[in-house]
Amino acid sequence: MLDIVIRIALLCCSLAMLGLIYRVIKGPSTADRVIALDAIGVNLVAITALFSMIRKSSTFLEVILLIGILAFIGTVAFAKYLERGEIIENERNR
Amino acid sequence: MKVNNIILETSIKVLLFIITLFSVYIFTAGHYYPGGGFIGGLMTAGAIVLLLITYDIKTVSAILPVNYRILTAIGLLLAAGTSVGAMLFNVPFLTHVFTDIELPLLGEISLHTATIFDLGVYFVVVGVTMTIIQTIGEDE
Repeated sequence: MLDIVIRIALLCCSLAMLGLIYRVIKGPSTADRVIALDAIGVNLVAITALFSMIRKSSTFLEVILLIGILAFIGTVAFAKYLERGEIIENERNR
Repeated sequence: MKVNNIILETSIKVLLFIITLFSVYIFTAGHYYPGGGFIGGLMTAGAIVLLLITYDIKTVSAILPVNYRILTAIGLLLAAGTSVGAMLFNVPFLTHVFTDIELPLLGEISLHTATIFDLGVYFVVVGVTMTIIQTIGEDE
């Protein structure tokens, strides 16, 4: 019973990811693409969790936290590039 | 133009400790669970990169006064030292030993010389990653 539910949830996550990939390809502005990539990362967390439930193993739990941290760092770096034009500054102007 | 990214700077103060603790966990758990020196070093470098994105190179070098090239050299020295140290006891190169001891606070703990080798890998990964990123970052 739980197995069928997990498979249906995986299908829903895949469909959501397909919609996000459409937004990455089609998105009019760069900000749309960045937000879609961030949401793809969150979807990947869900897919990893469901997959580890199917495999009945707890060795993917570190991967979940890792994907969350990496998606956050990537989104912050992209946002800073879009706002300031460079990611790592030499000296802040204050 | 004055910048004011107070939301990022405040959230970093919480997130940085979580990421660093996660990297230390993943480094120490590498013998029994997925993880080890490589991914732990990469996550520590990720925490420092997050600090670099939020602040700037001068502030981060004031917070963490670490010369990453020397860190890489120390890591290589640890890895080579544990490898060559085995030859002093008339056993082949890269032979590792372990022992179980009883510590007062931590209980029974297994001490393995491969951990020191892994610490060398950790230092090398942090040093090389941060050297690459800082060298690309400063554009003068």
